[in-house]
Formats: sequence, structure tokens, C-alpha cells
Amino acid sequence: MNKTGLIISREYFSRVKKKSFLLTTILVPLVIVAFYAIIIVIAVSGRTTSQSFAIIDDAGLFDKAPEGKNAKEFTLIKNETEESFKTKYQEAGYDAFVYIPPMHIDTPKNLIVHSKSTVGLSTSYRLEGIVNKAIEDKRLIAYGIDPVQYNKINSNISMVNTIEADGESKESNAGIAYAISYACGILIYMMMLIYGTMVMRGVMEEKTNRIAEVIVSSVKPFQLMLGKIFGIGAVGLTQFAIWIIIFLLVQMTVPMIFPDLFDTAKAANAGMGGMETGEDKIAGLLQSVAALPLTKIFLLFIFYFIGGYLTYASLFAAVGSAVSDDQADSQQLILPVMMPIILGFVILTRAVEDPNSSIAVFGSLFPLTSPIVMMGRLTSDVPLWEILVSMALLIGCFFFLTWVTAKIYRTGILMYGKKPSWKEMLKWAFRK
Amino acid sequence: MNILEVKNLSKSFATQKAVNNISFNIERGSIFGLLGPNGAGKTTLLRMITGIFYPESGEIVFDGKKFDPLNDIAYIGYMPEERGLYKKMKIGEQVLYLARLKNLSKQDALDRIKKWFVKFEMESWWDKKVEDLSKGMSQKLQFVTTVLHEPKLIILDEPFSGLDPVNANLIKDEIFALAQRGSTIIFSTHRMEQVEEICNKIILVNKGEKILDGSVSEVKTNFKENIFKIEVEGLNGLDLTSTPFTILNKNQDQLIIQKSDNITSNDILKYFISQNKTIHNFNEVMPSLNDIFIKLVEGTSKARQFQKSN
Repeated sequence: MNKTGLIISREYFSRVKKKSFLLTTILVPLVIVAFYAIIIVIAVSGRTTSQSFAIIDDAGLFDKAPEGKNAKEFTLIKNETEESFKTKYQEAGYDAFVYIPPMHIDTPKNLIVHSKSTVGLSTSYRLEGIVNKAIEDKRLIAYGIDPVQYNKINSNISMVNTIEADGESKESNAGIAYAISYACGILIYMMMLIYGTMVMRGVMEEKTNRIAEVIVSSVKPFQLMLGKIFGIGAVGLTQFAIWIIIFLLVQMTVPMIFPDLFDTAKAANAGMGGMETGEDKIAGLLQSVAALPLTKIFLLFIFYFIGGYLTYASLFAAVGSAVSDDQADSQQLILPVMMPIILGFVILTRAVEDPNSSIAVFGSLFPLTSPIVMMGRLTSDVPLWEILVSMALLIGCFFFLTWVTAKIYRTGILMYGKKPSWKEMLKWAFRK
Repeated sequence: MNILEVKNLSKSFATQKAVNNISFNIERGSIFGLLGPNGAGKTTLLRMITGIFYPESGEIVFDGKKFDPLNDIAYIGYMPEERGLYKKMKIGEQVLYLARLKNLSKQDALDRIKKWFVKFEMESWWDKKVEDLSKGMSQKLQFVTTVLHEPKLIILDEPFSGLDPVNANLIKDEIFALAQRGSTIIFSTHRMEQVEEICNKIILVNKGEKILDGSVSEVKTNFKENIFKIEVEGLNGLDLTSTPFTILNKNQDQLIIQKSDNITSNDILKYFISQNKTIHNFNEVMPSLNDIFIKLVEGTSKARQFQKSN
């Protein structure tokens, strides 16, 4: 094995064998899964525990109690006033009572709700909706329109976006495309930061432990730097691969272990009373995920992940070599390296909204932001030449930065004492 | 034959000439002392010899050929003054890693490590981490990593700092044994008593320039000041006011004297014999390297860091 290979394997195994690696690799997806599980549990269970409302209708909107999710949800109270019932509703077992003040249907007045605690947002929308519907029905009748007929006239359609690419038509879903673009961009953003700083720490460790001088008496500093960058990059890819495997396993096993989970979710969706049934929705989602060019997205993601990491890793290595064991110093030097990453993230949020805007195109070509921003444009139809130019620029940028930073690294790693200024570092970089 | 020839080597950093036109040769199998005060340019010189720095001008010939850092560093072992090991890495794995970076095969490296660990009674250390070791212990470990691949040229920068006398002797014996087996050792230090004991040949650098070159005895001879020590019985009865030499110190029966160049040591003896005194002991006092070092360097080192190269 050549020396760079030896360094790569040391950097790789010394990290992968650590307990903390295993812990974060397993824990992060667990936390994400647990997070979604909690959301689902809340979503599902939140709808089954229903509240009960008493309604005092002084406006005469309701002949009988409106239809609720169950028989107990709404009760029409007669022969009580707002004042008299205010003190009684809790004893009577209601969570809240709704007072509809006397009004003419042309000049409606606001509802008044008395409750033990603040009424939730969704509940208040629901109550408003029910009363508004009742007022609308009354108005329809006043204009001589049968509300049943009106409901038949009412139309509620959804948009289906079909895209024609590569001679095929596919259904697309803006929401799904948006989510996937955003997720990929954020993932690259996080990976660049996490593994970039890992490279920086590794270099600082070697410098402060003074092992750097021992190693560079055996190998070229450039080999040491590349070995570290590739080794840590391999750690990142390993972690990533483990996550994908865990994700696939979870996706395969969860429906087997909890076969009714999806049914519950579907039922919950159906309970919301949309025109589209829950099943249709899920089928639609799956269809639009399948309609996305997944292979292309995956390959581009891997390319930009590796390219982005390599480009920034050498910068982080240079920063690590320039400072010696001083957190404040490293913070100061790291800021200029972080700026383009953060800029990339900002452009990403614009790019997912409007993938073909000029800022998004610029961001996806400029090599310091392209790994993040290109993810935001993935699901839209990016012209091939833009992808190729962006890739070429990224590769070129990687070679250029590695060439420059290797010189800073070579000098910095053996330099102790005061922190060099940016001017000095530039001098190191460009002298022969 | 020379293992290393350094010809007119120079290197300067932004503000000063760290190494200025230094030349010397080192014979194969010798122990060579590189002396100089702090900041004299020793480390820079060594870093050029180990291929870490490129010289600005001058030439290095290693083992008869022009020095090719890429390939030749496998035949060099360098122990820098600032010791460095990975603190969190297991000692066994670490030594193996460093050995393999010097082109040893895994099996070969393992065999050699085992031998050295037995010799230095370090067998139980394999699974420990460097952060668990004391300073002296990690010093021994660092020495092992430096010489494990039996390099042709071993460069030791202050190898005894932080070692107790027992371990210092252990390392010293190993240095002699390595030289016996054909390795050449460059020994960089500012501890003169060790140099007198160990080195065959020395150079002294100060402010980036070589100011002294030669074997230890040559250097001492060059710097001797005609000072003698003589022990004479019944010295007190003697009138010492009109001697052919100068008396520097008198202590009971013992005199420290300095002769001028126009008389020989025999003239001194003749003087005491002519006075009918019995001479018990007579020998020339050689200057210690320490004296020479201080004499040559004193007063110059402080000015060093402000000196500009242009």
C-alpha cells in the first residue's frame, strides 16, 4: 500500500472504530424516525380525543346541533342565557361553550367562546367554519337557492402538473419536488460543515500534538493533507451509506410490523373530509415521487456531495494548519470559509422557490455555492449545459484550491507562535 | 566515505537568514554533533536535511548522490525537538503506522517493534494510549519510532531532554550500538557535556552561520590557552615572584599556570626541578566545549531575532 493509502486508512479507521461514530450514525436516524413517529402519533391521537362543545344559539342559525365527529361533540342548549350558562358549562361536562349572539344574517356578529383554556387554532377554525356555513346556508335560502343544489354546483378540483421530458409524460407534484430539493440541499450543507470542521480539527490536532513534523519527515505534506481529506470523506460516505441502508430497512420493516399504521393515517386523512380520499392522496404522493428523475437526483447528489466536500475540505485544512490550538483564532479564520457556505444556503431557499431565476442559475454555477444550490434546482429541468459547466467549474475549483491550500498547509503546519494574517497566508499560497 | 555532504546551504524566512551558507561533511558511522544556541538555525538546517524544507540555495549529497527527499527520507530517521505522537492512538498501532510510512512491510515492522519493545521493557504498552504515558516514557517511545527502520542517517534533536539518568544511559548505549552497526547519527543539542562524551565531530552554528568545525579534540586543541595544572610538594617555601610563566591560581600544593608561547612545557618542569621540588602531577588543562561555546556565542544570541536579512 502506498503512503497516501496508509494515511487514508488510518484517518478512516481511527474515526470509524470510535464509539462516538457508531453512536451518531445510529442515533441521528433514530432521532429522525422518533421525531416522525411522535408527529404521526400526535396527528393520529389528537383527532380521536374529541372535545365537547355546548352551543347557545341566540341567532337561530341551528335547528338542531350541527353534525360533529361524534354525537357528543356539539350539543344545542336551549333555555339558557350566556350569563347564566357561563357558570354551569364546566359542571355539565363541556370543555367549552359557544355563544352565537343574536344577529341578522346580512350583518353577522362575532362568535363568543367560553372555555377553560385557550381554544386551539384548528378548533377555532372549525367552529368559525361551522357557523359561517350555517350563515351561508341561511343566505342561500334567503336568495331562494336550495343549499343542497348549491353544494352540487360547487366545484373543488386539484391541479395536476404533467411534465414532458425525455419523450415521456409524468405527473409532478410541486410539494414533493420542493421537499426533496430542499432536503438534499440541507443535507449537503450539513455534511460540508460537519466533515469540513472534522478535517480542520484533525489538522489542528496533528499540529498541536507536534506529530506533523514526524509525519512530514516520512511523507510529503501534500500526501498527509490529501490522506486526511480522503479518509474523512470516506467516513462521511460510510455514514451516509449506513443511513440509506437503515432508511431502506425501516421502510421495508415498518409496514410489516405495524400493518395498520398506514390505515390509521389514511383514516385520519379521510376524517378531515377532503374531496380527495386519503388513499388517493398517498397513491398520488408515491406516484409523484416515482415521477421524479430519482436516479439523476441521486447521482447528482453524490457528485455534488463529494465535490463540495473536497472543495471545502482543503480550505478547512488550510485554516486548521494556520492556527495553533486557539479556539478564538480558528473562529476568526473560519468565518471567510463559512461565508460562501451560508450564502449557498440562502440562495438555496430562493432556488427551490424559483429554480430558473438568475440568482439560482448563478448560485448553481459558482463553484463555492453550486453543491448546495444545484440541489434546489434538481427537480426542475436544468439544461444539460448548465449541469456540465457547473460540474466542470466545481472540479476546476477543487484542483485550484487544493493547489493553493496545500502550500498554506505545508508552511502553516510547521509554524508555531502567532496566528498568521490573511495577507501572510496569501503570501505562503502564491510563492513558488 | 561521507554519508552526507552539505554544500553552501542557505535558507531565509521573511525577516532573517535562518541558515547562511553552511557546509560540512559527515562520515559514515560517525556521531556528529550539531551545536548552537537557541534560534541558531539548527532546526531549519535539520528540516532541510530531512526534506521538510527546500533549501534556497546550496546542495545536499546523501549517500553519494544528490539528495532526493521523496525516496531518501525512507533512510532517514528524524526525532524532532518537539516530540509528537497521536495522543489518542494505541501505542502499538501508532508505532506500526509510523514504521509503515517508512516503507517497512507490516510483518517486518511487527517483528522489529516486538524486538525493541522487549529491549526497552515496553511489551505491556501495546494497547495503551500515548496520553497515559509519562514524558520520559513517551520519549523512549519516540526514540523507538525514530530508529525502528534502521535508517542510514539518524537525526536526534535533544534526545535526552526529560529523561532520567537511567533511561538517558539506555538511549546513549543504543546510540553507540546503532553507530557500531553502521548508522550515522546527527546529534543536535546545546548540552555540551553530552557532546564531549558522545560525538566524534562537531560543528557549531550561531546566527545561521557555521563558526566551528572539527573533531572534539581538534577543537579543544585549537582553543587551548596554554594553561597547565601542576602539583608540587612544599610549594609554600617557594618564591613565586619571578617565574617564567603567569600564575592564575594557587591552592596549597596546586598551581594553575599559563605559559607564554616562547617557552615549552618542559621549561616549566625544568623550573620546578631546578628549585629542587618534587612534582607529583603535571598536565595541560584543556578548555571544555562548554567554555568554547560560551566564549564564541556569548553576547550575540540576543541580537539574533532582530537581525534583518537585507
